[in-house]
Amino acid sequence: MIPQAYILEVTDLTKTFSGIKALDAVQLHVRKGEMHALMGENGAGKSTFMKLLIGLLTPDSGEILFEGASMKATSVHDVLQKGIAMIHQEMLNVPELTVAQNIFLGRETAGGLFRWLDDSNRNKQAAELLAHMGVSIPPDTKMKHLSVAQMQMVEIAKAISNDVKVLIMDEPTSALADAEVTILFGIIRELTQKGVAIIYISHKMDEIFTIADTITVLRDGQYIGTHPATDLNENSLIKLMVGRELDRLFPESTTPPGAEVLSVRQLGRKGAFSDINFAVHAGEVLGLAGLMGAGRTEVTRAIYGLDPLHTGDIHLKGQPVTINSPQDAIRLGIGYVSEDRKQLGLIPALSVKYNITLGSLSNHADGGFIRSQRESTAAVDVMADLQIKATGPDQPVVYLSGGNQQKVVIGKVLQANPVVVLLDEPTRGIDIGAKSEIYKLIHELKASGIAIILISSELPELLGLSDRVLVLAKGKQTALLSKEDATQETIMRYAMQP
Amino acid sequence: MKNGLPPSPSKTTLSYKTRFGRLGQYGLLIAFLGICLTLSLITPRFFTVQNLMIIVTQVSINALLAFGVTFIIITGGIDLSIGSMVAVTGVAAASFAHPDTYPVVVPVVIGLLAGLLFGAFNGFVITRSHVPPFIVTLGTMTIGRGLALILSKGRPISNLSDSFNFIGGGKILGVPTLIVILIVAFIGCSVLLKKTVIGRYMYAVGGNEQAARASGIPIGKVKLVVYTLGGLLAALAGILLTSRITTGQPNAGQGFELDAIAAAIIGGTSTSGGTGTMTGTLLGALLIGVISNGLDLLNVTSYYQEVVMGAIIIGAVVLDSMNQTNKN
Repeated sequence: MIPQAYILEVTDLTKTFSGIKALDAVQLHVRKGEMHALMGENGAGKSTFMKLLIGLLTPDSGEILFEGASMKATSVHDVLQKGIAMIHQEMLNVPELTVAQNIFLGRETAGGLFRWLDDSNRNKQAAELLAHMGVSIPPDTKMKHLSVAQMQMVEIAKAISNDVKVLIMDEPTSALADAEVTILFGIIRELTQKGVAIIYISHKMDEIFTIADTITVLRDGQYIGTHPATDLNENSLIKLMVGRELDRLFPESTTPPGAEVLSVRQLGRKGAFSDINFAVHAGEVLGLAGLMGAGRTEVTRAIYGLDPLHTGDIHLKGQPVTINSPQDAIRLGIGYVSEDRKQLGLIPALSVKYNITLGSLSNHADGGFIRSQRESTAAVDVMADLQIKATGPDQPVVYLSGGNQQKVVIGKVLQANPVVVLLDEPTRGIDIGAKSEIYKLIHELKASGIAIILISSELPELLGLSDRVLVLAKGKQTALLSKEDATQETIMRYAMQP
Repeated sequence: MKNGLPPSPSKTTLSYKTRFGRLGQYGLLIAFLGICLTLSLITPRFFTVQNLMIIVTQVSINALLAFGVTFIIITGGIDLSIGSMVAVTGVAAASFAHPDTYPVVVPVVIGLLAGLLFGAFNGFVITRSHVPPFIVTLGTMTIGRGLALILSKGRPISNLSDSFNFIGGGKILGVPTLIVILIVAFIGCSVLLKKTVIGRYMYAVGGNEQAARASGIPIGKVKLVVYTLGGLLAALAGILLTSRITTGQPNAGQGFELDAIAAAIIGGTSTSGGTGTMTGTLLGALLIGVISNGLDLLNVTSYYQEVVMGAIIIGAVVLDSMNQTNKN
């Protein structure tokens, strides 16, 4: 194939935030019809880079050429007009409007004496567009009734209807099931054949090597290099991204599990799960496997007291306990790291220090008065132990990278000296370097005799860390597998059971 | 006033700057000093001990209410009933403050108790019902006004004892009692907000209620505490006002809630919760006081004063949000 002309050429793009270079002389050359993956750990500067491209931020220096002409991005709207669109990690849509209204948002057509909105025509156009993409979503459905995957399709439809030339996708598959990923990849291939260039951000290696033509790597805001995907493999790419060889991802487990710490019997919650029975021992990792909606998160939320239980009982170290709130759970020694750290894990405006001590503040206080010195020491210790990278304990946690934010949440949970820790997708959305640190941490917790319940949708991770795996399907438990019996195939077989 | 100054540079400087808008507070302080300087240049009557005393006395009632509302807004709530609470507590106190009836502690305790119960009722309904605080306190604002009229049978309660009238109208070592009480309340509220566990919890609840709950923070208790504090401070203001005007007025305090909220907002408290300081609120109240005093001295009619005050509230928030945008 003859190489197409460059549609987007970025040279020496630099952006500084309060004296710190988030991006330092970054390059990117994207050809027409190319599937170009942008790789880097969290905090490498990918998001900042994309924000510069779509006009959400203005660069300090450097040049962006679009179709050979210098692009002075003044607003997101301008950039969109030129044909650069982005599908965001967090869906940006109007939930109360219909699919068609969302697709044509800002480009409504109206006719007649009273300028009636022309919804029926738009519905027809939207239906054609979606049908062409091979997805069946009724255009008059309200956005809020769609699944995440469907919303994603609508976002893509919106971009196509805008006559997009460069489409930026930020972790588009993070919430998709395998079948949906296949559909998405089909759409991507069709778009590239039509000459649309795709800039694709993902942490999933297998995806990158499945569909990417070219890979550009960033590290710590620096441009590392651009390579044809065929010149790289998983290991060489990771090496480029982290700048070093990774330690063995899953450390070998040596300590045998100890006494039973937490057990649940006939646990049930209406509309979520029923008849759940398991026990977890000191120094053991019990993995919870299942498809989306199988009830894994719901089980851990209920154990932690975030949602009420309707049946069953919980024993902690042999004693029956009642847990009506997270407060009860923490008091009993149960810690919880949510899958949604923005919603349930962090107070964004508060500092790293305040977030770390939030769950155990009374340990750093006398008679209700906070002992600042004691609090600071504790926070600094946690930051050192967990290698949390921040400008200092007083930096607002919102400015930290995903991996470091996750460590803050874990640090907070550990401050309360738990005997059981519930980890719900602890590595979601964090880069490989931070992942391996979290794996190591899980092993340290194990070694110290903490019982761990782990939820992960990444099966290699779940298998690598768990001593036993409980499989859930549609709110029921279908198998409790030993480490020897647990393979990706058996887990999937039990997870798909009715 | 030393306490009005931003925190001295120390290890925690960064956190103050980033989280609570140190620049914003400096800006406020500069604006405040600038206005004071301008007014003393324009009118010689401004910078006199007598006039400054007048300002602080006038400011003190609003500042006390604003301290209460600052706690509430930091948790992401709002309280519209504090003006009515001023009336209820004032009337309740006045009913027991006639000469030669009860010792002066009785009306004071009754007034404070009324405010405490009223505030706790707000907090209880808000935490139990999950009805937005705006609606709940809109209701209790009307209820409170009605209660004040019922308690007083619709008439002002006058003929109060000298010792009661001293509370808000007297002087201690030459300093008006109002100023002394204001300073004590300011220090107390600042310490509570910055140095105690419950104060930290207020920021957490306002910053992200769900995460606060998941961190084991007793959300309901925190809210109950802030609305009760709001009630207590409103009661303090109600007693002081009643004492100062030597009458229990069922119509007192109308619109006070808006002035108090304005002081908190001008002082940098975000209405979306999670940020705010007592120092900022005090500065906000002082700024409002100085401007209205200045306009008085310049013989600007009260109609125009309202327009100016409204513009200042919007201006302060616009400046603050511009400041925030620059930082991001």
